[in-house]
This record gives sequence, structure tokens and C-alpha cells, in this order.
Amino acid sequence: MSPTRRSRQVAIVLATALATALSACSSGDSGTAPGGATGTQDAVDAALREGGEITYWSWTPSAKAQVEAFQQEFPNVKVNHVNAGTGNDHYTKLQNAIKAGSGAPDVAQIEYQALPQFAMTGALVDLGQYGFTAFEDDYTPSTWNSVKVGGGLFGLPQDSGPMALFYNKEVFDRHGLTVPKTWDEYVEAARKLHAADPTKYITSDTGDAGFATSMIWQAGGKPFTTDGKNVKIDLQDEGSRKWTATWDALVEEKLVSTIPGWSDAWYKALGDGTIATLATGAWMPGVLESSVPGGAGKWAVAPLPTYDGKTPVTAENGGGGQSVLKQSAKPALAAAFVRWLNNGNGVKPFLDSGGFPATKADLESSAFKDEAAPYFGGQQINQVLTAAAGQVVPGWSYLPYQLYANSIFGDTVGKSYADSTGLDPGLTAWQQALVDYGNQQGFTVTTG
Amino acid sequence: MSTVATTHSPLRPRKSRVLTAVMAVYLLYTLVPLVWLLISATKTQQDLLSTSGLAFGGTFALLDNIAETFSHDGGIFLRWLGNTLLYVVVGAGGATALATAAGYGLAKYRFRGRRAVFAVLLGAIAIPGTALAVPTFLMFSNLGLTNTPWAIIIPSLVSPFGLYLVWTYAVEAVPDELLEAARIDGAGELRIFFTVTLRLLLPGVVTVALFAVVSTWNNYFLPLIMLSEPDWYPLTVGLNQWSAQASGVGAQPIYHLVITGAVITIVPLVIAFLLLQRFWQSGLTAGSVKQ
Repeated sequence: MSPTRRSRQVAIVLATALATALSACSSGDSGTAPGGATGTQDAVDAALREGGEITYWSWTPSAKAQVEAFQQEFPNVKVNHVNAGTGNDHYTKLQNAIKAGSGAPDVAQIEYQALPQFAMTGALVDLGQYGFTAFEDDYTPSTWNSVKVGGGLFGLPQDSGPMALFYNKEVFDRHGLTVPKTWDEYVEAARKLHAADPTKYITSDTGDAGFATSMIWQAGGKPFTTDGKNVKIDLQDEGSRKWTATWDALVEEKLVSTIPGWSDAWYKALGDGTIATLATGAWMPGVLESSVPGGAGKWAVAPLPTYDGKTPVTAENGGGGQSVLKQSAKPALAAAFVRWLNNGNGVKPFLDSGGFPATKADLESSAFKDEAAPYFGGQQINQVLTAAAGQVVPGWSYLPYQLYANSIFGDTVGKSYADSTGLDPGLTAWQQALVDYGNQQGFTVTTG
Repeated sequence: MSTVATTHSPLRPRKSRVLTAVMAVYLLYTLVPLVWLLISATKTQQDLLSTSGLAFGGTFALLDNIAETFSHDGGIFLRWLGNTLLYVVVGAGGATALATAAGYGLAKYRFRGRRAVFAVLLGAIAIPGTALAVPTFLMFSNLGLTNTPWAIIIPSLVSPFGLYLVWTYAVEAVPDELLEAARIDGAGELRIFFTVTLRLLLPGVVTVALFAVVSTWNNYFLPLIMLSEPDWYPLTVGLNQWSAQASGVGAQPIYHLVITGAVITIVPLVIAFLLLQRFWQSGLTAGSVKQ
């Protein structure tokens, strides 16, 4: 089954599930979504002493090791780890279980882009009631902001993805390219590279919602704002247009490869130099090291290009945390597990698996920062990446139905990519579809 | 008539170059992905990402790949294979049995409400399974059956199309006179069904069974939303999970195992088709000529 068809089916499920969840939220008392509960961690500590059994859904590579370590430390707690699927499959099942009223896990991994959807519909426990708001200073501002929805705290951040520019040094050296500091220089490098060797591309992009929103974020755009049930969408704000003005050149001149991201061909292209750069999250080194052996010694990391070439700014791409589901019969114990995962001994197995943390202490430790990465020719890549973690543009938020939005990105903006035309008409079509959908779902959606 | 017959004998149809060419193109279109799959299954993950799709890699790793497919992640592939077999044997087998009995009954017995059944049946054929998946999920969730094998088996038991096929087939293939003769000889209805009717219906039943086996074997969307516990996944959903872990944060691509797993997944279906195709052909052409 083609990915588009699958994502459409998933979109249908998500849409139906969301509709019911929202209507339940507006009519019933159960869905007291965003709040601002406060409390202490006593209940959590007590639940941990008492023990019990909880279920944890996650597809992260470190989940298994973390669960084992947790059970060793707390033998009276049994954690059933279930890998219910990666990305959309996981969310579809989660949303279905929430809608059905049973079958959801106690703790679930939820990415930042998906969190508002689950928090807004009242599916998650506000961890403020367990006093977890005290952890604010432990996390980077951008990740902390991502787990706060409408004044409530709906998870603890696990990883982060401040964006940087990964580039194939070998390709750059061979064609006499310098590492771009601005996006204009990046476009120039794209032209020069493709002219010198038509089989090589500066990057690949066939229209990816996660990438596009992150790029708009870096350009200073704030296309999505939510206040209760009022949603404002403006995908033609200054930041959005700043990004399209640059990226249009790459798309219109066919300077980006059309190899779909994460396909076998894509991994191949990362290894043989067909794709020369990647603007992506700080978690990418782990993927390159484990899955692109052909690129060893060739890749290097630089700060993400900016528009003015002066102030370093970046955005988050990917990453997420763990949340406690309202369906949980043992929410305090579930919260204890989340605390251990992302604010306790669980961070170490996560780091060991090659993850990029959200906790300031780990980001700033010299062992992490000064580590020379053999894959990257001994470059201390974390110097660049941890610096990026502090340069994320503040104030971003995702839509309360971002998963659906991302699933229809290909139908709207994807057309601009396919026809190699400007992205603004595509973004406008996406916006229109999102306004219509949001209004159908019971939000009041306005445009900017 | 005779002159026409010498050039256009029904037994020796005229050869058409255009049609042959179209068939050749279609053959290529069908076979190339299969060839790609088979060749790719012999490559290591490394070769897969560095060599051309239709050429063999540096090492012939088919056996290693098969061994790794069965041992990866605690041998869960074998479990998925077993699950799929369970769903096929119980689900598709049950669907075939029910469709056969019901189709025969509707074709050969007169009772009130037959037309209503027919209308409901046609309606059921028209609704795609995907559209019913979410309501079915909610219903099963209320019954507490999600995340169990029953969530896959029970919906698979119903095959409106199979029922319709047996019905129309039974009208043609089972003469009323034969049933009457059997009744006069003193045979009960059950005995007639098992000793007389089933034999006559066999080509139709095999056709229905093949349809049911293929659709249960390939069932994807229903198990995707019904099951969250990988221990109950069928091969389709399990392979997709392996394939999906190649993307995003913490990506761990294992394309060589996904491809080898796909080859192993289609082998039983190919065998089933080869063994049953003569029934299949006679089943499909039944009723095309008035006897």
C-alpha cells in the first residue's frame, strides 16, 4: 500500500476519532482539558512505594532498556512495554483507544507536534497536579514550552531536535563549496553543486510537513495559535513567506532531489553523496551512525543557515516526551515512571542509545559536549548541536489537529513540489483545508 | 460460414501482434517488481543501499537474511506467521463454510425474506471493509474483544461476496431434479448437502476459499486498528511496523529484513494459487455457457 493511501486512511480514522473526542469534551464533564493544576510529588512517591502494574507504549529504541532498568530499581512495579507502531500507527491506535474509552496505556510516548491534539481533547493527565511544574528549569525552554498546552503540563520532554545543517564534507570539498551561513548562500551552493554534477543535489525534499513547519518556525513564523477552541491559522505570515521566498528557488529550479525521505533510496543517497546536506534535528547523528555506514568520515555538522547571517537562530524538528493517559487506573504510578524516564535514571539509557536529550544538565555536561564523534571525522558535533538547543525561536505552537494537518500536506503543498511551482499557493490551499477541517471539528478557526 | 471457420477457428484464434505486445508489456509490469523483490532478498542491508535494484550485490545473503528475519526481535516474525495462519485457517475457513451453507440455502430453498436477504447482501458487498473498520473497532471495544485474535477472526468470518458467488453458482450447478431424486431416495437435507451438493459446488467453494484466503492473508487495516499488542499482529501489520521504524527520530532501518519477510510472506500464497488454480478457473467460468 502506498504511503499516501495509508496516511489518508489514518487521517480518516484520526478525523473520526477527534470529532467524537471533541464533542465529548464540549458536552461532558470528563473533558476538562487544559488547566493549571498544582500539587506535590508526595502522591507519586507513595504510589512508587506501593507498586503495581502499568503499560507503556513507545517505539523509541531505548524503551526496552529503560523499562528493564526501571524494574530493576523498583522491583515492585511491573511495566509492560508495547511497541504499538511507529508514528501515525501509534497515534491512530492511541486515539482509537481513547475514543473507545478503554485499551489505552498508562503512559505513552507522544511527539511534540502531536501533544496539543491529545491534550486539548482531555485525554492526558495534567502533571501539574503532581508538582512536576517544579522541573521547568531542568529542560530547554523550547522543549518545556512544547509540553505545556493551554497552561497545563501534559508530559515531560524526553528528547529534542534543535536543527543544524548536516553536510557531506567530501562532496563540498570536491566541488569547492563553502559551508553556507545564510539561506541565500545555501541556494547558491545548490546551484553550483547541481551545475557541476547533475547527479548531485543540495538536499532532498518532496514536501514534508514536519520539515516545512520547522523551517517556518526558524524563519520566525507563527502560523498556528490556539486559545481554547479558537484557532488562528496564517500560513502567509512574514515568517512563512520568508521561508517560501528562499525555498521556492530550490523547488522551481529543481535543485532538490525528489527521493522520498526515509526510503531505502534516501539512505543510499545519504551514503553516496547524492544528497549533500540535511537541515534536520540534532537526533540525526544516531541515525547516520547506525544506518548510513557509507557516510562515515564524510559528514560534518554546522549551524543551520539563517536569513541575516548574523544572529544564530534555529527551530525544533522532531522529538517528544512521555505523557500519562487519563484512562490510567494508576495515574500517580504512571507519573512516577514518567518522572524516572525523563527526570531521573532513565535519561542514561536514553543517552546510551544515541538520543539527544532535552535536559539542560546533560546537554551542558562536558562529557557530552566535548565528545569527539568518530563518524564525523572526530568533530565535536555536540558543541554545535547543544549551542543550537539554546537558539530556538521561542513562542511556537502546533495545531490541535497537527497529525491530520500533516497527513494532508502532500495533497496541497505536495502539488507545488510535484509541479515545481511556488510554495505559497500550496500553503494557501493547505490553510484553506485546515480552516474547513477545524470548523467541522468544532473549533472556531480564523485566518490571519 | 466454412470459409470464416478456416481462418478464425475458435480452437485456433488468429494471432495478434499488438495483443502479444500488450501482454508482454503487462508481463514485464507484473514480473519486474517480483524479480526486484527476489533479487533484493539476497542482499545485505549494506548492498541494498549501495547497489542497483535489479543486480545482485557483492554477497549472496539470502540464507543469512532468512535466518535473521526469523530471529530478529526475539523471533517475533515466526509468531506473526503463526498468527496469520491462524487467522487464515479459522477466519477464511469459517468464511468459506458459512458462505457455502448460506449460499446453497438461499439458492435452493424457498422461504420468506429471501429477497430481503438478497438486498442486504448486495448492500454489504457495496460497502468497502475499510469504511466499516472504525465502527467495528468501537463495537469490539465495547465487547472487550480488541487486542485479541477474535477481533480479526470474527469480522473475517463474514464474506458477502463469497456468499453471493456460491449462491449464483449453486443455482447453475445443483439441479433441482437431483435434489428431488435424493429426497425420494430418502436422504435427509443434511446428508444431501454433504454428499451431493458439496461435490457439485466444489469449484465454487474453492474459488470462494481462495478469495477468502487472499483477503485474510492480506488483511491490513482491520488488524492495524484492532491490535496494539505486536504479539497478535499478522504478517502484514508486523512487516509494516518493521518498515516504519526506518523513519523519524531514532530511525532503525532494517529494509533487508522487511524485503526478506515480504518474500516469505508471499510464498504460501503462490503455492496456494498453483495448487488450486484448476478449480479456480472452472469456478470462474461456471455458468458462462448454457448447457
